[in-house]
Amino acid sequence: MTEKLIQRYSAAERINHWVVAVCFVLLAISGLAFFYPAFFWLTGVFGTPELARIVHPFVGVVMFVAFARQFFRYWHHNLLNREDVKWMVAVKEVLKGNEVGDIGRYNGGQKAMFWVMVLCLLLLLGSGIIAWRPYFAASFPIPLIRIALLVHAASALVLISSIVVHVYAALWVQGTIRAMVEGVVTHGWARKHHPRWFRESTRGKA
Amino acid sequence: MTLQSLDIKQRSASPTTAPEARNPTEIAQLIDVSVCIGCKACQVACSEWNELRADVGTCVGVYDNPTDLSSQAWTVMRFAEVEENGKLEWLIRKDGCMHCTEPGCLKACPSPGAIVQFKNGIVDFHQENCIGCGYCVSGCPFNVPRLSPKDGKAYKCNMCSDRVAVGLEPACVKTCPTGAIQFGSKEDMKEVAAARVADLKSRGYRNAGLYDPPGVGGTHTMYVLHHADTPEQYSGLPADPAISTAVGLWKGPLKPLATVGLAAAGLFGFFHYTTVGPNRADGDTHETHEEDRS
Repeated sequence: MTEKLIQRYSAAERINHWVVAVCFVLLAISGLAFFYPAFFWLTGVFGTPELARIVHPFVGVVMFVAFARQFFRYWHHNLLNREDVKWMVAVKEVLKGNEVGDIGRYNGGQKAMFWVMVLCLLLLLGSGIIAWRPYFAASFPIPLIRIALLVHAASALVLISSIVVHVYAALWVQGTIRAMVEGVVTHGWARKHHPRWFRESTRGKA
Repeated sequence: MTLQSLDIKQRSASPTTAPEARNPTEIAQLIDVSVCIGCKACQVACSEWNELRADVGTCVGVYDNPTDLSSQAWTVMRFAEVEENGKLEWLIRKDGCMHCTEPGCLKACPSPGAIVQFKNGIVDFHQENCIGCGYCVSGCPFNVPRLSPKDGKAYKCNMCSDRVAVGLEPACVKTCPTGAIQFGSKEDMKEVAAARVADLKSRGYRNAGLYDPPGVGGTHTMYVLHHADTPEQYSGLPADPAISTAVGLWKGPLKPLATVGLAAAGLFGFFHYTTVGPNRADGDTHETHEEDRS
Protein backbone atom coordinates (compact mmCIF):
# COMPACT_ATOMS: atom_id res chain seq x y z
CA MET A 1 0.00 0.00 0.00
CA THR A 2 1.37 3.38 -0.94
CA GLU A 3 1.21 6.20 1.58
CA LYS A 4 -1.28 8.97 0.93
CA LEU A 5 0.55 12.26 1.37
CA ILE A 6 -0.37 15.93 1.56
CA GLN A 7 2.04 18.76 0.78
CA ARG A 8 2.41 20.95 3.92
CA TYR A 9 5.47 23.07 3.22
CA SER A 10 6.99 24.07 -0.15
CA ALA A 11 10.74 23.87 -0.75
CA ALA A 12 11.01 27.66 -0.32
CA GLU A 13 9.23 27.48 3.02
CA ARG A 14 11.50 24.68 4.20
CA ILE A 15 14.68 26.50 3.22
CA ASN A 16 13.35 29.63 4.91
CA HIS A 17 12.66 27.65 8.09
CA TRP A 18 16.10 26.08 8.21
CA VAL A 19 17.88 29.37 7.60
CA VAL A 20 16.08 30.74 10.67
CA ALA A 21 16.83 27.54 12.61
CA VAL A 22 20.56 27.53 11.86
CA CYS A 23 20.83 31.23 12.75
CA PHE A 24 18.92 30.55 15.95
CA VAL A 25 21.25 27.76 17.04
CA LEU A 26 24.37 29.87 16.40
CA LEU A 27 22.83 32.85 18.20
CA ALA A 28 21.60 30.81 21.15
CA ILE A 29 24.99 29.16 21.65
CA SER A 30 26.97 32.39 21.47
CA GLY A 31 24.31 34.31 23.39
CA LEU A 32 24.29 31.81 26.25
CA ALA A 33 28.09 32.09 26.28
CA PHE A 34 27.80 35.85 26.90
CA PHE A 35 25.08 35.31 29.49
CA TYR A 36 26.53 32.47 31.57
CA PRO A 37 30.20 32.91 32.57
CA ALA A 38 30.53 29.14 32.98
CA PHE A 39 29.52 28.67 29.32
CA PHE A 40 31.80 31.38 27.94
CA TRP A 41 33.73 28.68 26.09
CA LEU A 42 30.71 28.30 23.81
CA THR A 43 31.88 31.51 22.09
CA GLY A 44 34.15 29.00 20.31
CA VAL A 45 31.22 28.35 17.97
CA PHE A 46 32.49 31.40 16.07
CA GLY A 47 36.19 30.69 16.54
CA THR A 48 37.20 33.15 19.26
CA PRO A 49 35.28 35.13 21.90
CA GLU A 50 35.87 38.43 20.14
CA LEU A 51 34.79 37.01 16.78
CA ALA A 52 31.63 35.71 18.46
CA ARG A 53 30.91 39.21 19.75
CA ILE A 54 31.49 40.68 16.29
CA VAL A 55 29.53 38.07 14.28
CA HIS A 56 26.58 37.46 16.65
CA PRO A 57 24.64 40.64 15.74
CA PHE A 58 25.06 40.12 11.99
CA VAL A 59 23.67 36.59 12.27
CA GLY A 60 20.86 38.12 14.31
CA VAL A 61 19.95 40.44 11.46
CA VAL A 62 19.93 37.50 9.01
CA MET A 63 17.65 35.61 11.38
CA PHE A 64 15.32 38.57 11.75
CA VAL A 65 15.03 39.11 8.00
CA ALA A 66 14.43 35.39 7.36
CA PHE A 67 11.91 35.27 10.18
CA ALA A 68 10.13 38.35 8.82
CA ARG A 69 9.62 36.42 5.58
CA GLN A 70 8.05 33.62 7.64
CA PHE A 71 5.88 36.13 9.47
CA PHE A 72 4.35 37.34 6.22
CA ARG A 73 3.86 33.74 5.07
CA TYR A 74 2.07 32.58 8.19
CA TRP A 75 0.55 35.39 10.23
CA HIS A 76 -2.94 34.94 8.73
CA HIS A 77 -2.83 31.23 9.61
CA ASN A 78 -2.12 32.11 13.23
CA LEU A 79 -5.12 34.19 14.23
CA LEU A 80 -6.79 32.60 17.23
CA ASN A 81 -10.33 31.22 16.90
CA ARG A 82 -12.80 29.49 19.19
CA GLU A 83 -11.45 26.00 18.44
CA ASP A 84 -7.98 27.13 19.54
CA VAL A 85 -9.32 28.35 22.85
CA LYS A 86 -11.00 24.97 23.33
CA TRP A 87 -7.63 23.35 22.54
CA MET A 88 -5.78 25.56 25.00
CA VAL A 89 -8.25 24.96 27.81
CA ALA A 90 -7.99 21.19 27.27
CA VAL A 91 -4.20 21.20 26.82
CA LYS A 92 -3.81 18.52 29.52
CA GLU A 93 -5.82 16.11 27.40
CA VAL A 94 -3.80 17.09 24.32
CA LEU A 95 -0.59 16.27 26.15
CA LYS A 96 -1.85 12.73 26.69
CA GLY A 97 -2.01 12.38 22.91
CA ASN A 98 -5.74 12.97 22.53
CA GLU A 99 -6.52 15.80 20.14
CA VAL A 100 -9.18 18.35 21.07
CA GLY A 101 -11.18 20.61 18.76
CA ASP A 102 -11.61 20.93 15.02
CA ILE A 103 -8.09 22.19 14.40
CA GLY A 104 -7.12 23.92 11.17
CA ARG A 105 -3.61 24.42 9.80
CA TYR A 106 -2.22 25.25 13.25
CA ASN A 107 -3.44 24.47 16.77
CA GLY A 108 -3.65 26.82 19.73
CA GLY A 109 -0.20 25.88 20.98
CA GLN A 110 1.43 26.48 17.62
CA LYS A 111 -0.33 29.82 17.28
CA ALA A 112 0.74 30.91 20.75
CA MET A 113 4.29 29.83 19.89
CA PHE A 114 4.13 31.88 16.69
CA TRP A 115 3.18 35.08 18.50
CA VAL A 116 5.74 34.50 21.27
CA MET A 117 8.41 34.16 18.57
CA VAL A 118 7.20 37.33 16.82
CA LEU A 119 7.31 39.29 20.06
CA CYS A 120 10.74 37.93 21.04
CA LEU A 121 12.23 38.62 17.60
CA LEU A 122 11.00 42.21 17.68
CA LEU A 123 12.37 42.77 21.18
CA LEU A 124 15.67 41.09 20.26
CA LEU A 125 16.13 43.20 17.14
CA GLY A 126 15.27 46.47 18.87
CA SER A 127 17.37 45.87 21.97
CA GLY A 128 20.14 44.30 19.90
CA ILE A 129 20.51 47.38 17.74
CA ILE A 130 20.57 49.65 20.79
CA ALA A 131 23.38 47.59 22.35
CA TRP A 132 25.32 46.98 19.09
CA ARG A 133 28.90 48.19 19.34
CA PRO A 134 30.63 49.88 17.74
CA TYR A 135 27.95 50.86 15.22
CA PHE A 136 24.82 51.96 17.04
CA ALA A 137 25.21 51.87 20.84
CA ALA A 138 27.13 55.15 20.98
CA SER A 139 24.07 56.98 19.62
CA PHE A 140 21.89 55.87 22.54
CA PRO A 141 21.92 57.06 26.16
CA ILE A 142 23.57 54.64 28.59
CA PRO A 143 20.43 54.12 30.77
CA LEU A 144 18.57 52.97 27.64
CA ILE A 145 21.40 50.59 26.70
CA ARG A 146 21.19 49.05 30.18
CA ILE A 147 17.48 48.36 29.73
CA ALA A 148 18.17 47.03 26.23
CA LEU A 149 20.75 44.57 27.58
CA LEU A 150 18.27 43.30 30.17
CA VAL A 151 15.47 43.03 27.60
CA HIS A 152 17.79 41.32 25.10
CA ALA A 153 18.84 38.64 27.60
CA ALA A 154 15.32 38.12 28.98
CA SER A 155 13.62 37.84 25.59
CA ALA A 156 16.40 35.56 24.31
CA LEU A 157 15.83 33.21 27.24
CA VAL A 158 12.07 33.19 26.65
CA LEU A 159 12.76 32.42 22.99
CA ILE A 160 15.26 29.64 23.75
CA SER A 161 12.86 27.99 26.23
CA SER A 162 10.08 28.29 23.66
CA ILE A 163 12.22 26.74 20.94
CA VAL A 164 12.99 23.81 23.26
CA VAL A 165 9.21 23.27 23.46
CA HIS A 166 8.84 23.83 19.70
CA VAL A 167 11.49 21.21 18.89
CA TYR A 168 10.10 18.79 21.45
CA ALA A 169 6.58 19.11 20.09
CA ALA A 170 7.87 18.35 16.59
CA LEU A 171 9.65 15.25 17.85
CA TRP A 172 6.76 14.12 20.04
CA VAL A 173 4.10 14.35 17.33
CA GLN A 174 5.52 11.71 15.02
CA GLY A 175 5.56 12.52 11.34
CA THR A 176 5.96 16.26 11.93
CA ILE A 177 9.68 16.53 11.16
CA ARG A 178 8.93 15.13 7.72
CA ALA A 179 6.75 18.18 7.00
CA MET A 180 9.75 20.44 7.43
CA VAL A 181 12.29 18.13 5.77
CA GLU A 182 10.44 16.57 2.84
CA GLY A 183 7.51 18.96 2.90
CA VAL A 184 4.82 16.28 3.23
CA VAL A 185 2.64 14.69 5.90
CA THR A 186 0.49 11.57 5.77
CA HIS A 187 -3.29 11.63 5.60
CA GLY A 188 -3.41 9.95 9.00
CA TRP A 189 -1.24 12.68 10.54
CA ALA A 190 -3.34 15.46 9.06
CA ARG A 191 -6.65 13.79 9.98
CA LYS A 192 -5.59 13.34 13.58
CA HIS A 193 -3.76 16.60 14.33
CA HIS A 194 -5.30 19.11 11.91
CA PRO A 195 -8.73 17.75 10.89
CA ARG A 196 -10.13 20.96 9.43
CA TRP A 197 -6.95 21.59 7.47
CA PHE A 198 -7.13 17.97 6.26
CA ARG A 199 -10.68 18.43 4.95
CA GLU A 200 -9.75 21.71 3.29
CA SER A 201 -6.66 20.29 1.59
CA THR A 202 -8.32 17.10 0.37
CA ARG A 203 -11.62 18.64 -0.70
CA GLY A 204 -12.36 17.85 -4.33
CA LYS A 205 -9.52 15.38 -4.53
CA ALA A 206 -9.68 11.64 -4.68
CA MET B 1 48.29 43.85 30.61
CA THR B 2 48.20 41.08 33.13
CA LEU B 3 50.43 41.79 36.07
CA GLN B 4 50.98 38.79 38.25
CA SER B 5 52.65 40.86 40.94
CA LEU B 6 49.28 42.07 42.23
CA ASP B 7 46.87 39.78 44.05
CA ILE B 8 43.45 39.44 42.49
CA LYS B 9 40.27 39.86 44.52
CA GLN B 10 37.67 39.56 41.78
CA ARG B 11 37.80 38.61 38.13
CA SER B 12 35.05 39.28 35.58
CA ALA B 13 32.84 36.33 34.51
CA SER B 14 34.62 33.97 36.89
CA PRO B 15 32.17 32.22 39.18
CA THR B 16 34.69 30.59 41.49
CA THR B 17 36.69 32.42 44.16
CA ALA B 18 40.03 34.13 43.61
CA PRO B 19 43.16 33.06 45.55
CA GLU B 20 42.50 33.80 49.18
CA ALA B 21 45.76 33.66 51.13
CA ARG B 22 47.55 36.96 50.62
CA ASN B 23 45.79 40.12 51.78
CA PRO B 24 47.65 43.33 50.97
CA THR B 25 46.56 46.73 52.23
CA GLU B 26 43.83 48.61 50.42
CA ILE B 27 45.16 51.73 48.75
CA ALA B 28 43.43 54.92 47.66
CA GLN B 29 44.05 58.03 45.65
CA LEU B 30 42.73 61.18 47.30
CA ILE B 31 41.97 64.14 45.05
CA ASP B 32 41.53 67.36 46.98
CA VAL B 33 39.48 69.46 44.60
CA SER B 34 39.95 72.55 46.77
CA VAL B 35 43.73 72.47 46.23
CA CYS B 36 43.67 71.70 42.49
CA ILE B 37 44.74 74.57 40.23
CA GLY B 38 43.72 72.86 36.97
CA CYS B 39 47.23 72.76 35.50
CA LYS B 40 46.66 69.37 33.86
CA ALA B 41 50.10 68.09 34.81
CA CYS B 42 48.30 64.89 35.88
CA GLN B 43 46.86 64.51 32.38
CA VAL B 44 50.29 64.89 30.88
CA ALA B 45 51.91 62.52 33.36
CA CYS B 46 49.21 59.93 32.64
CA SER B 47 49.75 60.21 28.93
CA GLU B 48 53.56 60.05 29.37
CA TRP B 49 53.64 57.05 31.69
CA ASN B 50 50.99 55.06 29.84
CA GLU B 51 52.26 56.16 26.43
CA LEU B 52 48.91 57.53 25.36
CA ARG B 53 48.46 60.30 22.81
CA ALA B 54 45.01 61.75 22.32
CA ASP B 55 44.44 63.46 18.98
CA VAL B 56 45.04 67.18 19.00
CA GLY B 57 41.62 68.72 19.48
CA THR B 58 40.17 72.19 19.05
CA CYS B 59 39.44 74.89 21.61
CA VAL B 60 35.80 74.67 22.60
CA GLY B 61 35.80 77.91 24.58
CA VAL B 62 36.57 76.38 27.96
CA TYR B 63 39.71 74.83 29.42
CA ASP B 64 38.52 71.21 28.99
CA ASN B 65 41.02 69.57 26.63
CA PRO B 66 40.49 66.83 25.66
CA THR B 67 36.81 67.44 26.28
CA ASP B 68 36.11 63.86 27.28
CA LEU B 69 37.76 60.65 28.39
CA SER B 70 38.85 58.33 25.59
CA SER B 71 40.94 55.24 25.02
CA GLN B 72 43.86 57.70 24.68
CA ALA B 73 42.86 59.96 27.61
CA TRP B 74 42.35 58.06 30.85
CA THR B 75 42.05 61.16 32.99
CA VAL B 76 40.76 64.62 32.08
CA MET B 77 40.29 67.83 34.03
CA ARG B 78 36.71 69.05 33.97
CA PHE B 79 36.15 72.75 34.61
CA ALA B 80 32.75 73.87 35.91
CA GLU B 81 31.77 77.48 36.46
CA VAL B 82 29.05 77.62 39.10
CA GLU B 83 27.54 80.24 41.31
CA GLU B 84 27.74 79.62 45.05
CA ASN B 85 26.63 82.17 47.67
CA GLY B 86 26.36 84.86 45.04
CA LYS B 87 29.89 84.50 43.70
CA LEU B 88 31.49 82.58 40.89
CA GLU B 89 33.31 79.39 41.77
CA TRP B 90 35.53 77.52 39.39
CA LEU B 91 35.17 73.88 40.33
CA ILE B 92 37.87 71.76 38.75
CA ARG B 93 37.66 68.00 38.96
CA LYS B 94 40.13 65.42 37.73
CA ASP B 95 37.83 62.82 36.17
CA GLY B 96 38.73 59.19 35.63
CA CYS B 97 38.10 55.74 37.06
CA MET B 98 36.86 55.75 40.65
CA HIS B 99 38.05 52.18 41.34
CA CYS B 100 34.80 51.15 43.05
CA THR B 101 34.77 48.46 45.70
CA GLU B 102 31.74 47.05 43.84
CA PRO B 103 32.66 47.79 40.23
CA GLY B 104 29.71 47.92 37.82
CA CYS B 105 32.07 47.36 34.87
CA LEU B 106 33.34 44.10 36.33
CA LYS B 107 29.83 42.92 37.16
CA ALA B 108 28.66 43.57 33.60
CA CYS B 109 31.71 42.11 31.80
CA PRO B 110 31.01 38.72 30.13
CA SER B 111 34.63 37.85 29.37
CA PRO B 112 36.61 35.94 32.01
CA GLY B 113 39.55 37.99 33.22
CA ALA B 114 38.99 41.02 31.00
CA ILE B 115 38.37 43.07 34.14
CA VAL B 116 40.05 42.33 37.45
CA GLN B 117 39.90 43.95 40.82
CA PHE B 118 43.14 43.68 42.73
CA LYS B 119 43.09 43.19 46.47
CA ASN B 120 44.61 46.64 46.92
CA GLY B 121 41.41 48.04 45.36
CA ILE B 122 42.59 48.89 41.84
CA VAL B 123 40.17 47.90 39.07
CA ASP B 124 42.12 47.06 35.93
CA PHE B 125 41.14 46.19 32.36
CA HIS B 126 43.11 43.41 30.68
CA GLN B 127 42.64 44.19 27.01
CA GLU B 128 43.99 40.85 25.83
CA ASN B 129 40.77 39.29 27.19
CA CYS B 130 38.46 42.12 26.13
CA ILE B 131 35.95 41.24 23.40
CA GLY B 132 34.76 44.82 22.80
CA CYS B 133 31.10 44.33 23.76
CA GLY B 134 30.99 47.58 25.72
CA TYR B 135 29.04 46.05 28.62
CA CYS B 136 31.50 47.75 31.01
CA VAL B 137 30.47 51.11 29.55
CA SER B 138 26.86 50.33 30.46
CA GLY B 139 27.78 48.84 33.83
CA CYS B 140 29.81 51.82 35.06
CA PRO B 141 27.86 54.28 37.25
CA PHE B 142 30.43 57.01 36.50
CA ASN B 143 30.55 56.76 32.69
CA VAL B 144 34.29 56.11 32.61
CA PRO B 145 35.28 53.21 30.28
CA ARG B 146 35.82 54.09 26.62
CA LEU B 147 36.09 51.80 23.60
CA SER B 148 39.01 52.41 21.30
CA PRO B 149 37.89 53.24 17.76
CA LYS B 150 41.03 51.44 16.54
CA ASP B 151 40.91 48.04 18.27
CA GLY B 152 37.38 48.08 19.71
CA LYS B 153 38.63 47.26 23.21
CA ALA B 154 37.78 49.10 26.42
CA TYR B 155 40.27 51.33 28.24
CA LYS B 156 40.33 53.42 31.39
CA CYS B 157 42.61 54.57 34.23
CA ASN B 158 44.30 51.62 35.94
CA MET B 159 45.76 53.80 38.71
CA CYS B 160 49.15 52.89 37.21
CA SER B 161 48.79 49.35 38.55
CA ASP B 162 52.26 48.63 37.11
CA ARG B 163 53.78 51.40 39.23
CA VAL B 164 51.76 50.55 42.34
CA ALA B 165 52.79 46.90 42.00
CA VAL B 166 56.42 47.90 42.52
CA GLY B 167 55.75 50.35 45.33
CA LEU B 168 55.47 53.59 43.37
CA GLU B 169 52.61 56.06 43.44
CA PRO B 170 50.54 56.62 40.26
CA ALA B 171 52.09 58.99 37.69
CA CYS B 172 49.46 61.68 38.25
CA VAL B 173 50.14 61.69 41.98
CA LYS B 174 53.89 61.87 41.40
CA THR B 175 53.58 64.91 39.19
CA CYS B 176 50.88 66.99 40.94
CA PRO B 177 52.59 70.29 41.86
CA THR B 178 50.15 71.34 44.58
CA GLY B 179 49.70 68.05 46.37
CA ALA B 180 46.06 67.97 45.34
CA ILE B 181 46.42 64.27 44.51
CA GLN B 182 47.71 62.09 47.30
CA PHE B 183 48.22 58.36 47.45
CA GLY B 184 48.48 55.87 50.30
CA SER B 185 46.52 53.29 52.21
CA LYS B 186 42.78 53.92 52.07
CA GLU B 187 42.74 54.33 55.84
CA ASP B 188 45.49 56.97 55.77
CA MET B 189 43.80 58.82 52.94
CA LYS B 190 40.59 58.99 54.95
CA GLU B 191 42.54 60.57 57.81
CA VAL B 192 44.17 63.10 55.48
CA ALA B 193 40.75 63.85 54.07
CA ALA B 194 39.24 64.34 57.53
CA ALA B 195 41.89 66.95 58.35
CA ARG B 196 41.29 68.73 55.04
CA VAL B 197 37.51 68.69 55.53
CA ALA B 198 37.90 70.15 59.03
CA ASP B 199 40.11 72.89 57.62
CA LEU B 200 37.64 73.70 54.84
CA LYS B 201 34.79 73.83 57.33
CA SER B 202 36.73 76.24 59.54
CA ARG B 203 37.12 78.44 56.48
CA GLY B 204 33.40 78.65 55.88
CA TYR B 205 32.73 75.69 53.60
CA ARG B 206 30.01 74.24 55.80
CA ASN B 207 29.24 71.39 53.42
CA ALA B 208 32.81 70.28 52.83
CA GLY B 209 33.21 66.53 52.92
CA LEU B 210 34.79 63.37 51.60
CA TYR B 211 33.33 61.73 48.50
CA ASP B 212 33.58 57.97 49.04
CA PRO B 213 30.11 56.89 47.87
CA PRO B 214 28.65 53.94 49.80
CA GLY B 215 26.34 52.96 46.91
CA VAL B 216 29.30 51.29 45.18
CA GLY B 217 30.86 50.09 48.44
CA GLY B 218 33.18 53.08 48.55
CA THR B 219 35.81 53.99 45.98
CA HIS B 220 39.59 53.91 45.75
CA THR B 221 39.67 57.29 44.08
CA MET B 222 38.16 59.69 46.59
CA TYR B 223 37.52 63.41 46.43
CA VAL B 224 37.63 66.12 49.05
CA LEU B 225 34.84 68.45 47.91
CA HIS B 226 34.05 71.91 49.27
CA HIS B 227 30.40 71.22 48.41
CA ALA B 228 30.01 67.54 49.24
CA ASP B 229 26.23 68.03 49.54
CA THR B 230 25.96 68.78 45.80
CA PRO B 231 28.61 66.73 43.99
CA GLU B 232 26.69 67.19 40.69
CA GLN B 233 28.14 70.71 40.52
CA TYR B 234 31.53 69.16 39.82
CA SER B 235 30.75 68.41 36.16
CA GLY B 236 28.09 65.83 36.97
CA LEU B 237 29.74 63.76 39.69
CA PRO B 238 26.79 61.54 40.73
CA ALA B 239 25.35 62.20 44.19
CA ASP B 240 24.49 58.59 44.94
CA PRO B 241 26.11 56.29 42.38
CA ALA B 242 25.16 52.63 42.37
CA ILE B 243 25.03 49.78 39.88
CA SER B 244 21.78 50.37 37.95
CA THR B 245 18.73 48.19 38.64
CA ALA B 246 18.65 46.96 35.04
CA VAL B 247 22.27 45.77 35.21
CA GLY B 248 21.62 44.30 38.66
CA LEU B 249 18.65 42.26 37.40
CA TRP B 250 20.45 41.20 34.22
CA LYS B 251 23.55 40.00 36.04
CA GLY B 252 21.64 38.87 39.15
CA PRO B 253 18.19 37.23 39.44
CA LEU B 254 17.78 36.72 35.67
CA LYS B 255 20.46 34.02 35.68
CA PRO B 256 18.85 31.58 38.16
CA LEU B 257 15.44 32.41 36.67
CA ALA B 258 16.72 31.57 33.19
CA THR B 259 18.33 28.37 34.42
CA VAL B 260 15.03 27.25 35.95
CA GLY B 261 13.12 28.15 32.77
CA LEU B 262 15.49 26.35 30.42
CA ALA B 263 15.79 23.33 32.70
CA ALA B 264 11.99 23.17 33.08
CA ALA B 265 11.51 23.15 29.30
CA GLY B 266 14.13 20.42 28.84
CA LEU B 267 13.00 18.26 31.75
CA PHE B 268 9.36 18.57 30.72
CA GLY B 269 10.25 17.12 27.32
CA PHE B 270 12.29 14.33 28.82
CA PHE B 271 9.69 13.21 31.35
CA HIS B 272 6.77 13.69 28.99
CA TYR B 273 8.36 11.50 26.32
CA THR B 274 9.43 8.81 28.77
CA THR B 275 6.00 8.66 30.43
CA VAL B 276 3.40 9.51 27.75
CA GLY B 277 5.49 8.38 24.80
CA PRO B 278 5.27 9.55 21.18
CA ASN B 279 2.06 10.83 19.67
CA ARG B 280 1.32 8.69 16.60
CA ALA B 281 -1.53 8.99 14.16
CA ASP B 282 -3.66 5.80 13.94
CA GLY B 283 -3.09 3.51 10.99
CA ASP B 284 -0.08 5.54 10.11
CA THR B 285 2.60 3.91 12.16
CA HIS B 286 5.27 1.77 10.69
CA GLU B 287 4.68 -1.91 11.24
CA THR B 288 7.92 -2.40 13.15
CA HIS B 289 6.77 -0.07 15.89
CA GLU B 290 3.60 -2.04 16.39
CA GLU B 291 5.49 -5.30 16.59
CA ASP B 292 7.90 -3.88 19.16
CA ARG B 293 5.05 -2.98 21.39
CA SER B 294 3.58 -6.47 21.86
